[in-house]
Amino acid sequence: MRYTSGVGRTIGQSPSGDDPNVQIAVKLKALYQSVQEEAIPARFLDLLEKLEAAERQSIPHGKE
Amino acid sequence: MPSENQEFKREMLAALPSLRAFAMSLIGRHDRADDLVQDTIMKAWAKQDHFEMGTNMKAWLFTILRNELYSQMRKRGREVQDSDGHLTETLAHHPEQYGSLDLQDFRRALDQLPPDQREAIILVGASGFSYEEAATICGCALGTIKSRVNRARQRLQEILQVKGENDYGPDETSAPITSRAFVS
Repeated sequence: MRYTSGVGRTIGQSPSGDDPNVQIAVKLKALYQSVQEEAIPARFLDLLEKLEAAERQSIPHGKE
Repeated sequence: MPSENQEFKREMLAALPSLRAFAMSLIGRHDRADDLVQDTIMKAWAKQDHFEMGTNMKAWLFTILRNELYSQMRKRGREVQDSDGHLTETLAHHPEQYGSLDLQDFRRALDQLPPDQREAIILVGASGFSYEEAATICGCALGTIKSRVNRARQRLQEILQVKGENDYGPDETSAPITSRAFVS
């Protein structure tokens, strides 16, 4: 099965004619992308910094 | 060898936006989703020796995240009830997290799916994984993933149709991405 609709297709003008799977796919992606497009919260950047710093300290100098 | 370490961190950072989106799609609440992402980062960091640079970092992190989620759900036994849609009640307190009413309805519908179907349709329909990759991430057979995705679609259709068929209106967000809809 292949669900595609050309860019020129008028979505929503005749709801009964629209494939509901396309609507589901679009909404799922919209929901997902709304989070994906957010900036990475500072807590994660800080966490990675800390993990990296902790690792640097724990590695014996000879190994570097 | 600091470079390999930095490379690991860089790849992890690159995968974080989609990892958060995955967590958020599965759980539905920013605070809990980000706690889960944090747990995942720490687990992944501790296991970085197991990761082969050059292989799929995103799939690796997604696998850790979903395993972590399910192990946490098992530990807090009662929260497994989330799978029956009880999460919807808590979601009602956070409606501002989703732009349009339309997406809020969709979010609630998504939360009514059993967890295995929800993760399957998210992985294939939003995260951009193939059915094969999704099967590996979930640790199940290819056919299982396919049937979960199909059942998820059917169930979402049922839920959303009950809400009102005329809700499928045109909107600016849908038009540009419709052309990249499911290919199965």
